[in-house]
Amino acid sequence: MKTPHSGTRRSPAAAARASVEFRAVTKRYGSVMAVDAVSFTIEPGTLVTLLGPSGCGKTTTLRLIAGLEMATAGRILIGGEDVTARSATDRDVSMVFQSYALFPHMSVIENVAYGPSVQGVRKADAEAMAAETLALVGLRGLEQRSTSELSGGQQQRVAVARALVLEPQVLLFDEPLSNLDAKLRRRVREDIRDLQQRLNLTVAYVTHDQEEALAVSDRIIVMAHAQVAQEGSPRELYEAPASLFVAEFIGDANIVAAEVGAIVGAEATVRLADLELRLPHRGARPGAVRLAIRPDAISLAETGGLAGTILKASYLGKVREYTVRTAIGDLFVTVPGRAEALVPGRAVGVGFTADGIVVLPE
Amino acid sequence: MKRSLATAVAGGWLAAGWVAFALLPWYWLDLSRGLQDFVDFPLGVGGSALALGVAGDRPWLLLLAFPLLLATLALVLPLARGPGGALLTLGGVLGGLYLLAQGFAIGLKGWDWGWLGAAFGGTPRQEGLGPGGTLLLLAFLLLTCQGLARRGWCRGDAFVVSAIGTVVALIALFVFFPVARVLAHAVIDPSGAFALAGFVARISDHSIWGLDCLAGPLRCGVAWNTLLLASLVGVGSTLLGLAFALVATRSNSRFKGVLRILSVLPIITPPFVIGLALILIFGRSGIASTLLAEWLDVPRSRWIYGLPGILLAQLLAFTPIAFMILIGVVQGISPALEEAATTLRAGRWTTFRTITFPLLRPGLANAFLVGFVESMADFGNPLVLGGNYDVLSTKIFFAVVGAAVDESRAAVLAIVLLSFTLLAFFVQQAWLGKKVYTTVAGKGDGGLPAPLPRRVALLAAAVVAPWSVFMISVYGIIMVGGFVKSLGRDYTPTLVHLSTAFRIDWGNHGLRFAGSAWDSFFATIQVAAVAAPLTAALGLLTGYLLTRQSFAGKRAFEFGTLLSFAIPGTVIGVSYIVAFNVPPFELTGTGLILVLCFVFRNMPVGVRAGVATLSQIDRSLDEASLTLGASSATTVRRVVMPLLRPALIAALVYSFVRAMTSVSAVIFLVSAKYNMATTYIVGRVEAGEFGLAIAYSATLIVVMLLAIVGIQLAVGERKLGRRAAPQPTGRTL
Ligand SMILES: Nc1ncnc2c1ncn2[C@@H]1O[C@H](COP(=O)(O)OP(=O)(O)OP(=O)(O)O)[C@@H](O)[C@H]1O
Ligand SMILES: [Mg+2]
Repeated sequence: MKTPHSGTRRSPAAAARASVEFRAVTKRYGSVMAVDAVSFTIEPGTLVTLLGPSGCGKTTTLRLIAGLEMATAGRILIGGEDVTARSATDRDVSMVFQSYALFPHMSVIENVAYGPSVQGVRKADAEAMAAETLALVGLRGLEQRSTSELSGGQQQRVAVARALVLEPQVLLFDEPLSNLDAKLRRRVREDIRDLQQRLNLTVAYVTHDQEEALAVSDRIIVMAHAQVAQEGSPRELYEAPASLFVAEFIGDANIVAAEVGAIVGAEATVRLADLELRLPHRGARPGAVRLAIRPDAISLAETGGLAGTILKASYLGKVREYTVRTAIGDLFVTVPGRAEALVPGRAVGVGFTADGIVVLPE
Repeated sequence: MKRSLATAVAGGWLAAGWVAFALLPWYWLDLSRGLQDFVDFPLGVGGSALALGVAGDRPWLLLLAFPLLLATLALVLPLARGPGGALLTLGGVLGGLYLLAQGFAIGLKGWDWGWLGAAFGGTPRQEGLGPGGTLLLLAFLLLTCQGLARRGWCRGDAFVVSAIGTVVALIALFVFFPVARVLAHAVIDPSGAFALAGFVARISDHSIWGLDCLAGPLRCGVAWNTLLLASLVGVGSTLLGLAFALVATRSNSRFKGVLRILSVLPIITPPFVIGLALILIFGRSGIASTLLAEWLDVPRSRWIYGLPGILLAQLLAFTPIAFMILIGVVQGISPALEEAATTLRAGRWTTFRTITFPLLRPGLANAFLVGFVESMADFGNPLVLGGNYDVLSTKIFFAVVGAAVDESRAAVLAIVLLSFTLLAFFVQQAWLGKKVYTTVAGKGDGGLPAPLPRRVALLAAAVVAPWSVFMISVYGIIMVGGFVKSLGRDYTPTLVHLSTAFRIDWGNHGLRFAGSAWDSFFATIQVAAVAAPLTAALGLLTGYLLTRQSFAGKRAFEFGTLLSFAIPGTVIGVSYIVAFNVPPFELTGTGLILVLCFVFRNMPVGVRAGVATLSQIDRSLDEASLTLGASSATTVRRVVMPLLRPALIAALVYSFVRAMTSVSAVIFLVSAKYNMATTYIVGRVEAGEFGLAIAYSATLIVVMLLAIVGIQLAVGERKLGRRAAPQPTGRTL
């Protein structure tokens, strides 16, 4: 067998990674608005996740980047170059499909060598590049297998290798982990992140699993109803959601009504039932507001704080989950699993930690 | 790099256009005359358009240079994509239109468009388009497509635009144009004037619509005859097909294998052969008639000639089609549905009545319509068995080739027939259209189909068993009949029929194919072998466009391709002689017209096979290839085609077999040089040489079986990554 000579691959740092920019891009299917005047920028060498509920337009956005769909209106730029009118063939973008889309009539190595070979690279060179990329994703030794003789995780990596082999400016993933079981999902997502950072790739990644998005992304774009609901780093989205929708979608949140009192500097006094909290006001004016309270920002004690009654209890090993009935509504609470069990019907005192509570802008 | 490829392709077509214009023989030539046509080249019979325009008497050809220059400018000038594309499109469209217009305006005997003659005077003449003319027309078409692609059509993909343009142009030229010509023929009287009154009189003629048979012993109009026959065949073949399908899928009878074979045999049997076998069994001197006469003194009669005979023959021929439609539907009913009903305490009969049967209804309607249309389009059986029972297809034939040639009457009858089949087609599309393509999902959803209720099972078996015996005996006759002296009279085994047809002599000049059938046999194989790959290619390409590309007018495009299936062969045959007997497309008497006829008659099967297979192949495979930088053309070649092998086999086999077995259209188009096996056999039947006809038919059936096996071997399996021995894998994950 031929050993791939190291000259075929440019060093990761030298590879030109491009930014992706959407300027008010719209995609309409007949009367259905799949993407509605969406604008965002993906910086070179970052992994950005498109996150949102089913049907919000994530796949469509990805396909617009790839050139598999043509924008109805707006501009798309890759590496600063306007590619709006270019077909998929002419864009330097590769995609990993949800179904992997491995060519069933080709072996693993033929699949990966397909890209270079249609670019006119000689067969031997194409296979050398393919073998090198397969080694990169940890599949050395499986080159001659047929794709149907691989496990789900291995197929997924072949799909990644096939997309990587041309060193595209941008790499796209459409729910790449949805066919894998929970354990494997965690490992493969770490592999993808690792690869992305090692090769300094520009990646757009679609998922509707918020935990996955928080784990792998440099930045997250939350989409809702064909529009961008919020864009930011995982931490910004979790700690400062811009809307009720984002607060509920990223991590669980209890949404409760409260009253803003006096505002001092960046902070405000917020009345929650008979408690008083000091929270960043985030632009809220005195009067009625809504708060998002993370389930782990609530503590349960014998007495003190807000009076409540345990309604439901479940034990998940690492944590215990409770639903507690209080004057401000039913609250969803998680406490460490090692804490003492509380049975339904029991009276408790509910306390709050200020750093897990945010005021939602109206 | 890719854009320069597109420019190269456009440049190639432009060069081909100039060559066609300046160098190639412009008009149709008979190549069998050798080089004699080229003595005056570039002038004379084999002259080029440029030479004939400059120095000959055909100056109007020179105008073709103008659109070619436009296209050249568009490619040479450094224009931006938009305006350059517009100029290229303009050149292509102008050139194509002018080329067609001059071809239709000036014919063999002078001006065909009188008003132009009045304006220009003179009597220019010209023959049909030849190599040069055809190539230039194609070049204009493809340059137009290149221009449209540059203007952004189909995401700027020139391959896709060209494919669409080519398919549309071919269907327009070889399906819609001839049919339109026939329609025009019906409303134009022999002198060429528009005569609506005459048309109304002819189409409402008593011989077509008369209802005398209701009142007395007289005959009804031919339209009613056809409708009655088609309805009986539709109902009968559907019921029989259903019985077969139920027995094949829902009972554990040992018949199953036999049923499979019985369902394939009629497909490779020339349709009239069944009629012939019926004559040999039930005719005046047939086997059954003889036995009955000798043993029971039942007088011999001619009852088989007429409605009973045609009905029986068509039921035998078309029940397998109904069976194949219905077996798909029966298998497609998820056992889970029936199991659900059973767990809800429904008995077997209730389950059948409330779940199974309603789910079968669309399939039944589909099978009925297919039987109905097939019966109307059938020509061979009514010809062989019709007696005094006239149907439209035979009437059309005799109006064209009979004692009293009356082309406008043929045209009128063709319109009536066409309206019936189109009506059935529209009903099917409107009512069932969406279900046509739904295939059985790849997922096996487990469960066992409910066993048939006892009464249904008994009924089905009671129908299936005797019918199978009947079918087997018909095929027994076909296989035996050619190898005895005279069926019904003298059963001495003999090879004399076979040797009359297929004798090979060793003469002074070596091998000589002396048998009377060799000419038609070789012509048939040749035409079928040329037509089959063309049909498959065109059909699969169309299927690809329909499933994988979106473009404006796609629904109309799809409808057009399917529509050609609903046009009966007799109508196609008549329309081809009407349309392609005169310039600019002068094709009658050639082998080419037979090939074209088969390609466009059978293309819809390729389309269906392609659509069915492609819709089972995940679309993201194509998209993955596109995002890896492959063009559409490369994607088709390297990803789509290898996965389409089953559809390719189906399309090749079907078109090959149909080209060898069909009669209705070709009987109008055969010539002394290109006689087809089927028309030769029909001729033998009419001359009473049954032994020869049967021997020849049996030979054809064997040849087709061999061809099917050959095609399977040649195309090969679709290898879906099942490699024989797994390689040593070294380190696995
Ligand atoms: N080809 C199409 N024709 C018409 N509507 C479409 C088409 N493709 C997508 N849509 C619609 O566009 C909207 C966005 O679809 P998209 O596939 O982008 O959703 P998604 O965010 O990827 O959802 P999911 O998480 O379920 O995959 C949906 O309402 C969908 O029904
Ligand atoms: Mg999606």
